[in-house]
Amino acid sequence: MIDVNVSLSRWPFRRLPLDHPEKLVAKLRASGVTEAWAGNFDALLHRDLAAVNARTVAICRRRGDGLLRPFGAVDPTLPDWREDLRRCHEDYAMPGVRLHPNYHGYALDHPAFVELLDDAGCRGLVVQIALKMDDERHLHPLLKGLPTTDLAPLLPLLARPNRPKIILLNALRNLSGEPLRKLLAAGDVWVDVAMLEGIEGIKRLVAQVGPDGILFGTHAPFYYPEAAGMKLRESPLSPEQAEAVMQGNARRIIPAS
Amino acid sequence: MIWDVHAHIAGTGERTPEEAMARLIVAADRMGIDRLVVCMGDPWAHDPSPAELVRENDQVLRALEHWNHRAFGFVYVSPKHVEASLREIDRCVRDGPMIGLKLWVAERCDSPRADEIVKRAQALKAVILQHTWIKAGGNLPGESTPTDLAALASRHPDASFVCGHCGGQWELGVRAVRSRPNVAVDVAGGDPTAGIVETAVRELGAERVVYGSDAPGRSFASQLAKVTGADVSEADRKLILGENLRRLLLPILQAKGIDA
Repeated sequence: MIDVNVSLSRWPFRRLPLDHPEKLVAKLRASGVTEAWAGNFDALLHRDLAAVNARTVAICRRRGDGLLRPFGAVDPTLPDWREDLRRCHEDYAMPGVRLHPNYHGYALDHPAFVELLDDAGCRGLVVQIALKMDDERHLHPLLKGLPTTDLAPLLPLLARPNRPKIILLNALRNLSGEPLRKLLAAGDVWVDVAMLEGIEGIKRLVAQVGPDGILFGTHAPFYYPEAAGMKLRESPLSPEQAEAVMQGNARRIIPAS
Repeated sequence: MIWDVHAHIAGTGERTPEEAMARLIVAADRMGIDRLVVCMGDPWAHDPSPAELVRENDQVLRALEHWNHRAFGFVYVSPKHVEASLREIDRCVRDGPMIGLKLWVAERCDSPRADEIVKRAQALKAVILQHTWIKAGGNLPGESTPTDLAALASRHPDASFVCGHCGGQWELGVRAVRSRPNVAVDVAGGDPTAGIVETAVRELGAERVVYGSDAPGRSFASQLAKVTGADVSEADRKLILGENLRRLLLPILQAKGIDA
């Protein structure tokens, strides 16, 4: 399986049982994950994203046991964010970047976000947009009012000529029905199952939108990584559908390294 | 053995309680869950009138009818309507197949009006499942916190309570009920956030932690993963998955002659 949604370093508000890279990698391997796309919790609140990205690469290379693929953090509201993007692409050979619009304080109609999409698309970088990281009911008091990113401005941007491949992480608690169908129908947009809930949730989602836009993601180590795999067990899928969700779709986004 | 303390018949997408129950059982079978506790009807009422309590409990009774070997029922009651709640307890627990109570968000459970309901439950050896949450954006007016439940439990030290959802913000929830040994916590209904079970076991002891799902709104899978993925001993995992709930329910099961 290819897990498109893991994070390194430490969650800012509590220690997590798997927040050591070696423990995380071992647990993912034991759960059947063969490749994991890794962002970094530090990107949420740190301002020095250049240092965060350097650490992400170092951890993936030295402690990832061949399983972790680094995704850099870029905040288009920071000065000279293009240099962060360049380093992710040229210096670190990352396959993509992960954005946190709500933590970084911009909406998806922000001009710099549009520029970032264009630049990433021109470079062939995948763009992951993390819609949220935690249940808004559980946010630390100092994060009170942290918004959930509104995806409505994204749809018209998908018509731009240089748009990148876009993965919406942790989207399925707030995104469903027609808005989800429209985004997936625009092409080159995917969602992961980490925050999908309800009995037989993946089966129901496949029935609504088909299997091609759905990716396996655990949101580990914030979530117990077993949860996403058990959701697959709860949802009977055809072998072709299961293969697409577990790795086929992800492999079409980023070839094997 | 896996027993789930917290499931509902609303939200399956099925048309009748019987169909909803069958749908739950299919998914439960796939996940190896042996028994479900179900409560509340479809649609459910946040602040149910006496008539709505009857309607919702009737739906659960229908759901249970063909699944007595797989499911238990908890009667939905409200401190807003004490006399009606007592009648429902008598109808559904004393004279019916249900074995526990469910209180939701109509009125905070530290209200003195909850006392008569608890006394009736205790007389029948029924377990009381109280929804709790501590919401960052503020609770509903009648929505209980674990601190409210701890206050109620302190007035009724011989009654048996389950703190639903472990208070949502479980780091706070376990602290709030830590001093009340007659309160267990269920891990149902929140995201599968790593550490919930380890923290509850560390602070309360494994004997006070109970698996629950809040299905069908939540998946059985994500909620089970909290227990199967937790860094706890296998003995503790067995307690949480089913043995604790069976122990809590055993007095009323025996009193009613239910084999489980």
